[in-house]
Amino acid sequence: MTEPIFSLQTSGRLRRRQLISRAMGAGAAGAALLAVAVLAVVVISVAHRGAGALNLDFFTQSQAQGYNPKGGGVLFAIVGSVVLVGIATLIALPLGVLVAVYISELAPPRLARLARVALDITNGIPTIVMGIFVFTMLVEAHGQSAFAGSIALAIIMLPLVARATEEVLLLVPSSLREASLALGVSRWRTTMQVVVPSAIGGILTGTTLAIARAAGETAPLLFLTSLGVNSHADANPFHPLQSLTLVIFEYSEQADPAFQAKAWAAAFVLMCVVLLTSLAAKLALARYRKKLGG
Amino acid sequence: METIRTKIEISGVATPPDARAREAVFEARGVSVFYGDQRAIDDVDIDIYRRLITAIIGPSGCGKSTFIRTLNRMTDLVPSARLTGELRYRGIDLYGPKVDPVEVRRRIGMVFQKPNPFPKSIYDNVAYGLRILGLKKDLDGRVEKALRAAALWDEVKDRLRDSALGLSGGQQQRLCIARAIAVEPEVILLDEPASALDPIATSAIEDLMHELKRDYTLVIVTHNMQQAARVADMTAFFGLDVSPDGSRQGVLVEYDETEKIFTNPSDKRTEGYVTGRFG
Repeated sequence: MTEPIFSLQTSGRLRRRQLISRAMGAGAAGAALLAVAVLAVVVISVAHRGAGALNLDFFTQSQAQGYNPKGGGVLFAIVGSVVLVGIATLIALPLGVLVAVYISELAPPRLARLARVALDITNGIPTIVMGIFVFTMLVEAHGQSAFAGSIALAIIMLPLVARATEEVLLLVPSSLREASLALGVSRWRTTMQVVVPSAIGGILTGTTLAIARAAGETAPLLFLTSLGVNSHADANPFHPLQSLTLVIFEYSEQADPAFQAKAWAAAFVLMCVVLLTSLAAKLALARYRKKLGG
Repeated sequence: METIRTKIEISGVATPPDARAREAVFEARGVSVFYGDQRAIDDVDIDIYRRLITAIIGPSGCGKSTFIRTLNRMTDLVPSARLTGELRYRGIDLYGPKVDPVEVRRRIGMVFQKPNPFPKSIYDNVAYGLRILGLKKDLDGRVEKALRAAALWDEVKDRLRDSALGLSGGQQQRLCIARAIAVEPEVILLDEPASALDPIATSAIEDLMHELKRDYTLVIVTHNMQQAARVADMTAFFGLDVSPDGSRQGVLVEYDETEKIFTNPSDKRTEGYVTGRFG
């Protein structure tokens, strides 16, 4: 047998490198844990504080008349939120995808850069400014409506959808575009039938984030829909409608702890609605992917 | 057999006896391609004949791919690319003002270096072009015909609805060939179609090319000389020219029957390349 002349065990500098490696790994894991913990704390505390007001009536009844802390529910605030965000999504999703298609597939580089900057600036405008803008454009002439609120939310969602979509369109390999173009398929149909479907996952993720953001908006809705209307059983988008965020805002301003509990409960419901939307999007995506296989 | 004769009067364009009896599908005269100010290929004269396999060989960077991409206007996709000279496809100026590149590409299909199936089912990959071009009558029949022509039918007939991405590399490349055949082009351009494949898959693609030659004009770019020797009727050797100012551009060094290129080339540069002595 040959006698070993060196060691293969950990020693010296290697020990130091392994320590650093372990510390970095632990740091990353810790940061991830912290992020999850923050979410958990928020969800638990909101649920805990709202638990007193959460019952079947809360989901099935319209709001009690005349600031009565007893009874009543937020059914039409849920409906209103869904209508508001639903219409906003119907506007922002196709527009946002088209904007992204223009930027990533069609625009000359200089215009594309300009459009990107414009989207980022739109994204940075405080949402209450959007509210005031839509107020002067629509509400002054036509009165409050959920539709006006949806327009404001759509403007807020548009840059989010467009930027997210654009980023994923850039990731679609150009070999797929070439494959389609080489078959004698026009640029536009190539984009719509090959490029956009290949990026559908990212588009859905971006849209879900935008929906979550819009569903949580309060400020732009204050002047556009529903302020002061708290008991209407209504789902017509051309009427002012309640929304969950406005209920939270209104109830949390009340002195009565019963109202405050309701505000927490409404906040919990809002979080659940957003969570369900994002789960639904993930499920839809998984089904779509399964259909494609691969 | 084709009986149409084309007059070839320009000196330097090789016209082997066998090919002379054929119709020239592509006629290039003084074709140069520029990317911005950079000249990629310089002054290429070549006739490519109907229902033959024409191989384009040469060292890296000699403009083989650039040249084949001019044949169906895929070069248009590079905004800075520009072509001078004349390139005719069956008598029509390919770069003429009223020529629609989409129509050009429908007639002149292309298969790429890396298999690039769409993330769709095997069936939908082949049916894609047919649907868009409105060839929807007997879609199933057309898909089957294309897959048979690409020698893939027996391997996939029981799983047409499965994703194309689950196929092996060689199968994916034959699917891409089926996809190109399905829309009934006249010419199929193959840009290093086997360079990402193993030897068995490569051999399947080469056999397939021999089959396809009966119905299609094939042009193949390859950096594999044995492959050119095995499949091609005509071979064009592209080389690199270095200008006095140091810029490099691809030039067509020699174009002749494959056998002549590999056994008795006229140009020293060709001889050096095919015998493995570069330079």
